[in-house]
Amino acid sequence: MKLLLGLGALCAALFVAALLSGQADAGAARSLAALLAGDGTPLSVVMREIRLPRAILAAMIGASLGLAGAAMQGYLRNPLAEPGLIGVSGAAALGAVLAIQSGLALRHALALPLAALGMALAAVLLILALAGPRGSSITLILAGIAISALASALTSLVLNLSPNPFAAADIVFWMMGSLADRSFVHVWLALPFMAAGWLLLAGMGRGLDALTLGEDTARAMGVRLSRLRLQLVFGTAAAVGAATAVAGAIGFVGLVVPHLLRPLVGAQPSRLLPASALGGAALVLAADIAVREVLPARDLKLGVVMALIGAPLFLHLIYRTRAEMS
Amino acid sequence: MATWLKQAAAGMAFALAALLAGPAAAQADDGPRRVVSINLCTDQLALLLAAPGQLVSVSRLAHDPQSSALHARARALPVNGSGAEEVYLLAPDLVLAGTFTAASTVQMLRDLGIPVALFAPATSLADIPARLRQMGAALGREAEAEARVAAFHDGLAALPTAPDPRPRAALYYVNSYTSGDRTLAGDILTAAGFVNVAGEAGLEHGGTLPLERLIMLAPDVIVRGRDYPGQSRAEDVLNHPALRRLAGSRLVGELTDRDWICGTPQVLAAVRAMTALRMEQAR
Repeated sequence: MKLLLGLGALCAALFVAALLSGQADAGAARSLAALLAGDGTPLSVVMREIRLPRAILAAMIGASLGLAGAAMQGYLRNPLAEPGLIGVSGAAALGAVLAIQSGLALRHALALPLAALGMALAAVLLILALAGPRGSSITLILAGIAISALASALTSLVLNLSPNPFAAADIVFWMMGSLADRSFVHVWLALPFMAAGWLLLAGMGRGLDALTLGEDTARAMGVRLSRLRLQLVFGTAAAVGAATAVAGAIGFVGLVVPHLLRPLVGAQPSRLLPASALGGAALVLAADIAVREVLPARDLKLGVVMALIGAPLFLHLIYRTRAEMS
Repeated sequence: MATWLKQAAAGMAFALAALLAGPAAAQADDGPRRVVSINLCTDQLALLLAAPGQLVSVSRLAHDPQSSALHARARALPVNGSGAEEVYLLAPDLVLAGTFTAASTVQMLRDLGIPVALFAPATSLADIPARLRQMGAALGREAEAEARVAAFHDGLAALPTAPDPRPRAALYYVNSYTSGDRTLAGDILTAAGFVNVAGEAGLEHGGTLPLERLIMLAPDVIVRGRDYPGQSRAEDVLNHPALRRLAGSRLVGELTDRDWICGTPQVLAAVRAMTALRMEQAR
């Protein structure tokens, strides 16, 4: 409980810092006053229409990715399972790009998150089919590489075929993710799907706890593994699909956060789930502050910062699990 | 191969060459006879000034009504993809290119013995007579160029003068790009009686103006770039809700590429459209 309160306070502090981070420099007190006033002055428009939705999205997306990573690692009992690494985010990006480029997203706003969700669903199912119930590291990573490569190749192909002269440059956005200039339209588009995903994933805690004792014991304790599996599949697809549809594929959040928090919760999945959601929100908020403070005038992608943090940890985890892999 | 067949083939090739070169030979006496343009803006200048038959191919964009002011005239000519290989096969005796055309293409054509005339993009209205004269000299059509220059000056002189105060305007393109005062688009804006807010943001030549800074500048008028076919995430910023929430700012007009990007007398259309906008703003 103490940990959750601490993480919650960290999220709140980073949320305020994210609101105060941006190209328009106007002082903290004035900015926050303008946020509350909402009087149509330029500063209040900046605070309410640009920074507020961006900070909300960062928190929502971070929570989704952190939660999905913790749930997936709990179910597969493998610390390398992460939506970005195993190709779920990449597949969701492909779905989003297909919805946008086919014009479906223009006709029905919901087509964008639904298409991303659909492709994420396909990727999760494929991963689970390939990795098997215990998810050995080698099959998990190889399947992830294959799915990521295929998804990113198809995303690039679709964007290169687009008649739009700027579509090809969008490849970077879909591969690396960014929250630049997102608005409340994107918040409302993603929120229902994410909320559904959170509910499904958060409900997995007891089952995942039982699963740490082995599948037979879990069954004996009354855990229905097929139901747990469905929760994981649909929860991950909804949360990661919606996050990717509005912000592109942001990797490593689901890897880094559960890894850092696992020792603090005594490696208990039911406690790791809420902690990872808050930790993910804090990490993405911090990363989104970093991209704006380091290079304010350039649209540095979130995925760059996340990979700089996450890739060394990923290497470390592979080094540690190499015995299993060889 | 039988000798007669070789002779026939050679004869046909000669006839074909004569056929291709024929009309140009009849028209331009001292200028180049087969001119190929590989840049949208040199397309426009050449379409204005070339003798009938002198220009044999234009760049692909010249047929696009959104990008090319003279697309109707350009449709009579085949397009090229601006690559050295296909341009060489057109057997030109002059190639027209922009200074931003791929240097490798220009060098390749020159190595193959084809003269290439390079045209710098116009960065102000004052550059336009110079570009017209440069094209006139390249094509051997100096008299036509002088006539166009005179007409352009008349067109500028006929514009109504701007009353004070001048409204503040921003030009906003895909990817949050804006044009400053030292660009053709910025000069069009100034000529139409607006003050360009890009200057207040320190962007003399143009560059990225993040959405937050655009909103903080609170321009009276925001003129957005045109809508391109298909979809892209890069264009989302032009439809951001924040642009509509700003009290006192109007989202009006459109940067029609064909009138704004090339330094040709066509920019007068852009100046007139923006002048009408400013008159409307003054009321």
